[in-house]
Amino acid sequence: MNLDFTVIPAYLDVVLLGAVWTIAITVAAALLSFVGGIIFAVVALYAPLVVRLPFRLFAWLFMGTPLLLQLFLIYFGLVQIGIDLPAFVAGVLGLGLHFAVYNSELIQTSILAVDRGQMEAARTLGLSRGQALRKVVIPQAVRDVIPPIGNNMIALLKDSALVSVIGVSELTLSAQLAIGRTYRPFEFYVLAAAVYYVINLGMEAVQRRIELRIAAAR
Amino acid sequence: MDFDLMLRVYPFFIEAAWITLQLSVLTTLLGLACGTLGAMARLSRLRIFRMIGAVYVSVFRGTPALIQLFILYFGGPQIGIQLDAFTAGVIGLGVNIGAYMTETMRGAIIAIDRGQTEAARTVGLSRFQTMRYVILPQAARLMIRPLGVNINALIKGTALVAAISVVELTYTAQRFIGSTYKPFEMFMISGALYMIIIYATGRGIAWLDRRARIV
Repeated sequence: MNLDFTVIPAYLDVVLLGAVWTIAITVAAALLSFVGGIIFAVVALYAPLVVRLPFRLFAWLFMGTPLLLQLFLIYFGLVQIGIDLPAFVAGVLGLGLHFAVYNSELIQTSILAVDRGQMEAARTLGLSRGQALRKVVIPQAVRDVIPPIGNNMIALLKDSALVSVIGVSELTLSAQLAIGRTYRPFEFYVLAAAVYYVINLGMEAVQRRIELRIAAAR
Repeated sequence: MDFDLMLRVYPFFIEAAWITLQLSVLTTLLGLACGTLGAMARLSRLRIFRMIGAVYVSVFRGTPALIQLFILYFGGPQIGIQLDAFTAGVIGLGVNIGAYMTETMRGAIIAIDRGQTEAARTVGLSRFQTMRYVILPQAARLMIRPLGVNINALIKGTALVAAISVVELTYTAQRFIGSTYKPFEMFMISGALYMIIIYATGRGIAWLDRRARIV
């Protein structure tokens, strides 16, 4: 046993700053995946065939390959075509798109589950198809799908650790920075795990509150 | 698209896919073992086992798999555990997915009607016999599909071991992206190989599920 947890306080600020970045990435990617998920769902269900088919291929590819591989593609691929994004933006884009595809699957099912009568009633009242979708069907579909999306967002928090590999200085990379200086991987990775765990608990608490509010609003 | 390049490098990817496949199979086996133990602990009569099971699930599902892998591989030597990268990958990923499988299995077991347990106990079966001959055979059928979802996630999760330098598909893609600056081509080759593994596994699971149906 060669453990010495007394090295932690000197680097606590570095690690906690990393935690702030992890939260920022998670929130930004979560928003992107939510809005993207709704757009993808509408495209998958209602867009003309020429748009729908390539999109289906894209979704299928994103669901069948590892996130880490996708992050490499986005980070290095964009550079190749001349777009040099900061690692943070590439990380948010990669995480956001990846989870948007998963959210879109949930939202599609949920849109289809909204009673047909809702669309018919809205159309009868003179709303266009687009208006009916945007103002009547999608709000109901989204409400129903919040709990499973919450689970995806908790998965997103944990997967945000992967963006350390493309050089985003979030929690995992901050821990690695401290390890580089102290040669104490066990202590700092355990610390990072503990911080992730706490953020995770926080997200679960928020999720429970939101679910209660949705249940009450029904 | 640089097809010439793709034709030249693809043998390396085939070799890497073989490593990904080995990782997937071994991780699945370890995950199923951990999941079975975990589910038994979660459903135990003894509080201490229930608590151990609950902590296992909560900790391993509540922290990133990548960090768990790093603790084992880089932190392990500090507490006397020295593993090569492949073994660390299998153990790290297997114990991680085992926590998810614990919940899958527990869910299937508690979905079996209580009346089954009561009837079995009434006709004189012991608690163990009830589990072994009445509950588990029924629950096993219910588990196949959701475990398939876990296994699907696990196959994609094997990409994480690229971060500890196991030469599997994602590591190989990363290496060739670095040396050729052709990220799209490398993504296509490795992506296609992942899709083949995942598709074949999905078909296998669906086949098992069909065979296990009672009616």
